[in-house]
Amino acid sequence: MTDAGTKADAQGVDQDRRKFLTVATSATAAVGAAFAASPFVASWSLSERAKALGAPVSVDLSKLEMGQMITVVWRKQPIYIFKRSPAIVAGLVTNDPRLKDPKSAESDQPIYATNESRSRRDDIAVLIATCTHLGCLPKQHFDPGDAELGADWPGGFRCPCHGSRFDMAGRVFEGSPASVNLRVPPYSYPDQTTLLIGQDEAAAQGAA
Amino acid sequence: MASNDAEFQPGFRGWLNKRLPVDKFVREQLLEYYAPKNFNIWYFFGSLALLVLVMQLLSGIFLTMFYKVGDTTSFDSVEFIRREVSYGWLIQYLHSVGASAFFVVVYLHMYRALLYGSYKAPRELLWLFGMFIYLALMAEAFMGYVLPWGNMSYWAATVIINLFSTIPVIGPGLVEWIRGDYGVADATLNRFFSLHVVAIPLILLLLVALHLVALRQTGSNNPDGIEIKERRGSDGKPLDGIPFHPYYTVKDIVGVGFFLTLFAVVVFFVPTLGGLFMEDANFEPANPLSTPEPIAPSWYFTPYYAILRAVPNQRLGALLLLLAVLAFFFLPWLDRSPVKSVRYRGWWFRIFLAEFTVCFLGLMYLGLKPPTGGYVIAARVFSIGYFAFFVLMYWYSRWDKVKAVPERVTYHA
Repeated sequence: MTDAGTKADAQGVDQDRRKFLTVATSATAAVGAAFAASPFVASWSLSERAKALGAPVSVDLSKLEMGQMITVVWRKQPIYIFKRSPAIVAGLVTNDPRLKDPKSAESDQPIYATNESRSRRDDIAVLIATCTHLGCLPKQHFDPGDAELGADWPGGFRCPCHGSRFDMAGRVFEGSPASVNLRVPPYSYPDQTTLLIGQDEAAAQGAA
Repeated sequence: MASNDAEFQPGFRGWLNKRLPVDKFVREQLLEYYAPKNFNIWYFFGSLALLVLVMQLLSGIFLTMFYKVGDTTSFDSVEFIRREVSYGWLIQYLHSVGASAFFVVVYLHMYRALLYGSYKAPRELLWLFGMFIYLALMAEAFMGYVLPWGNMSYWAATVIINLFSTIPVIGPGLVEWIRGDYGVADATLNRFFSLHVVAIPLILLLLVALHLVALRQTGSNNPDGIEIKERRGSDGKPLDGIPFHPYYTVKDIVGVGFFLTLFAVVVFFVPTLGGLFMEDANFEPANPLSTPEPIAPSWYFTPYYAILRAVPNQRLGALLLLLAVLAFFFLPWLDRSPVKSVRYRGWWFRIFLAEFTVCFLGLMYLGLKPPTGGYVIAARVFSIGYFAFFVLMYWYSRWDKVKAVPERVTYHA
């Protein structure tokens, strides 16, 4: 009693000590609760199965015609693959003044697709088909001057959900709710007619 | 007469009341709970919201008995309920129409609060609990909409979850965490099922309990915006109050009768209400390779959806959508008028309330329309009008030339 007695109040209670113990106990409990919550929070992240099913996808391009588009699924996301004529590729630069991000500086694509055609090979475009606004599928409007989109429409995509518009390289036009260009997945060409989506292969080779 | 001696009565009643305060509860909450005697038609919607909540819980419990969650089973099991379970079609329509009915009565209930200033002091917390109920209800409705795994379910989930991707830095990771996969998938469907049938209903019930306790604490507002507790008779009872039971229980039962009649007409004759209550695209299975066109959310979300689409910038659009919902939370502090009810407010408030009503309904309509040309321009105008009501309220509610509020409640028609 001698030590505690010096700080004790009339009831023999050391209020400072009591306050300290209360705060320390509560703080320990709060930290414990946070740790206990972590497995539950972590349970929502990608399962091992979801990760395994996200493996690269191989696509045969030998039957892809000029102007044709095919859709394949990689990691639950539709991927648009289409073949562009040299004239379309050459015309891309004329869209630049009407685009939000013509040089794809703000957009998400591998280093080897950070160019005017946003692709490894100018003729083949590979784009993640989910609108960068809120994830709907932009629809194909490849014909220039499309009736729905006006006489000055150069050809590209329009999202049915919120009206974002993209050109033939997936670059977003001014006046769209989307702020950045369609994303480009990592991909590579193991040979001339095979496209491998989801793998950069040797990144150095792509940069060259 | 309500007696404090109920606990000491002989027999079973006395036995019971010694152990559970049944008589005390009935007396305090119903027989001696005084509600203003000038309630009008706007005061039906609180009790109706409670009724719809119970109906949704009941029909939901039965749907869960037949529904099989999973990306390969959900759609088929809903069709199974609709076609093969005895009266499954009825239970399913009760639940889907009930969801829309919930928003009808909740919106009218909220509009009543705007008309008569029911959110103003001393009922700020009552209003906030109500707003949290509204938020929980939106989450519940959204997740329930995903469960049939129709194509609109799939794309609604995709679009709404992607709203979180606009949050700087953590957005993309957060979206993946919510979905549990690279896209909306089985994992997403399963967690939404759990939240829809367990977590959010529990939260809703808790919030409703808090809403009612807060209501009992302050007492109801009324169309005159007068505090009836301030005028008491010699017996201490509010002069302008009448016991909730039997007066308002009976009145509410009449409201329930009218409501259920209308509800039954929709359930039995027009359960999809021309695509408003159930969209055509949701009668085909989820297809990640085909976005339905046109894509529109359920009608009760369209005002916010129209605001989102009106903004030509992704992040700003999502932010304004969020603010459009949250704006209601600030009403008690934005409104600096000395009077509560629209009856005694001046023209400033009336004009702004009318303007807000037009904008809200206009946005509701535009959210169902494609985002093109004139529709976008109109949505921008209405969005400005929507926010003007809230933002400028801080000033116009003060400038307003208010009329003298009577001492006692009045009757109109």
